[in-house]
Amino acid sequence: MNAFKLIPWHVLAVWRRNLLVWKKLAGASMLGNFGDPFLYLLGLGYGLGFYIGEMNGIPYMAFLASGILCSSAMNTATFESLYSAFTRMNQQGTWESMLATPVRIQEIIAGEQMWAATKSLISGVAIFIVAGLLGGIQQWDTALFALPVIFLTGLAFAGPALAICAISPSYDFFLYYFTLAVTPMFLFCGVFYPIDTLPAFAQMVAQVLPLTHAVALIRPLLTEMPLTLPWLHIAVLVLYAVAGFTLAAHLASRRLLR
Amino acid sequence: MSDVVVSAKHVRKSFADHEVIRGVDFDIHPGTCFGILGPNGAGKTTLMRMLLGLSPVSEGEYSVFGQPVSDAAIHSRIGVVPQLDNLDPDFTVRLNLKVYAGYFGIAARDADSRIDELLEFAALARRCNDQVATLSGGMRRRLMVARALINNPDLIVLDEPSTGLDPQARHLIWQRLRSLKKQGKTLILTTHYMEEAAELCDELIILDRGMILTRGSPRNLISEHVESEVVAIRGLSNELDAVELCDGLDIRIDHVGDTWFCYCTDARPLVARCVERSELTFIHRPASLEDVFLKLTGRDMREEA
Repeated sequence: MNAFKLIPWHVLAVWRRNLLVWKKLAGASMLGNFGDPFLYLLGLGYGLGFYIGEMNGIPYMAFLASGILCSSAMNTATFESLYSAFTRMNQQGTWESMLATPVRIQEIIAGEQMWAATKSLISGVAIFIVAGLLGGIQQWDTALFALPVIFLTGLAFAGPALAICAISPSYDFFLYYFTLAVTPMFLFCGVFYPIDTLPAFAQMVAQVLPLTHAVALIRPLLTEMPLTLPWLHIAVLVLYAVAGFTLAAHLASRRLLR
Repeated sequence: MSDVVVSAKHVRKSFADHEVIRGVDFDIHPGTCFGILGPNGAGKTTLMRMLLGLSPVSEGEYSVFGQPVSDAAIHSRIGVVPQLDNLDPDFTVRLNLKVYAGYFGIAARDADSRIDELLEFAALARRCNDQVATLSGGMRRRLMVARALINNPDLIVLDEPSTGLDPQARHLIWQRLRSLKKQGKTLILTTHYMEEAAELCDELIILDRGMILTRGSPRNLISEHVESEVVAIRGLSNELDAVELCDGLDIRIDHVGDTWFCYCTDARPLVARCVERSELTFIHRPASLEDVFLKLTGRDMREEA
């Protein structure tokens, strides 16, 4: 299989199917995307922010808002690519029904990855609005550039998560991924505090993780912090997205096309 | 176009340690219904999955419309009715068809009129805006048939199309499949209902342990492999009793559990003897495809079944 043999309208048809399901349940889904980060911003941004005041020279609310924006993009894409995609692959036979048509496995994975990133973007926009209202956005002129970065962040997390999905025997398996990958990134990649407060070794580890680079791009776009090495951060996210996609396409092919 | 829709030449399939299809050859001609029969584990599903490109062929040539089965382009001319329900539970009847049309690149405008026709064909027009979850088993299966027709395929592949349906629903499905054949479509179906195979198939193969045991039309297979009449008798005390009952008659006896199956060309003398013995219960019927199937694949219950 050549994972990059993709017919765009096939990918779009897969993406559109998921969009149509989402539209039916948009209310409940939005509440989930929106509620959690909103509570974090209120609880930590105001509560903790009162004692901390500033971090890295900007108000803690602004520091935290940009971090939460990134971590929610990570969570949304990961959840969609693990639990929801697994349901479509394993429980509902949705992927198999697509494979009976001209749509190929790599196009299904690409469509799923695009869709997960779209959901990251949807929740990202919601948080963006909340952050704006709570004073978490300092630079409106560059802030809108954060939106495509959120989409890219979604792609970077959906790819590896789809690969995990493709080898998972059951839903329970996903807990390992959350405990070993998602939660550590949430806590150690600069969402709540700058990573240069970490020991040197931990900083090195953090530097190869995608969330670090998403934060490094988005925080300067929303706040007065300077943007450094943007192309490096973009390249790392693109690398995770493409490598994750390729791996997921091969693993899904191995699982379904035996 | 050639006069062969599907062609299998020395097709083999191995999984890690064992071979499940062990050299299978057949041709399927346009406008016919081809049946693949066999006990569970015979390799029917594997043969179908390979045909649909869902399982790579290990050896041999397997082609559809002259193209190898691995060529995804052939899917635009094939409709598939899978055994397991994989309709979209989140969508209505109509949206299921509409989304599926999208995978074939059928434009929304063309899809709508096609969907109306198909809903009519599947007797689902009145349920078009209902959620799939509210449909009965027969309706869901009909919707899957309609979905398989969305791309106006030349070849329709059905994996046990009437398993789990009540007799009414089954007959409605059969009637629809016959009308598809009349439209010139080629049908392939797997089944372990012999009645279904006899009703629908022009030609069939009986598969066991990955090999073809026999092939032909249902009628020819019956005349070729079994005597024309069967008397199934219960109440006989033992083997000797059965042999004595048939003494002097040209009868082949087969025994399963508490029933003795007596095959012969003229059952009248045997029936007369059975009537005399009031402790026996018996059924006299013409031989069917089921008798062929059981004769060839064995009557024993199998562990892997």
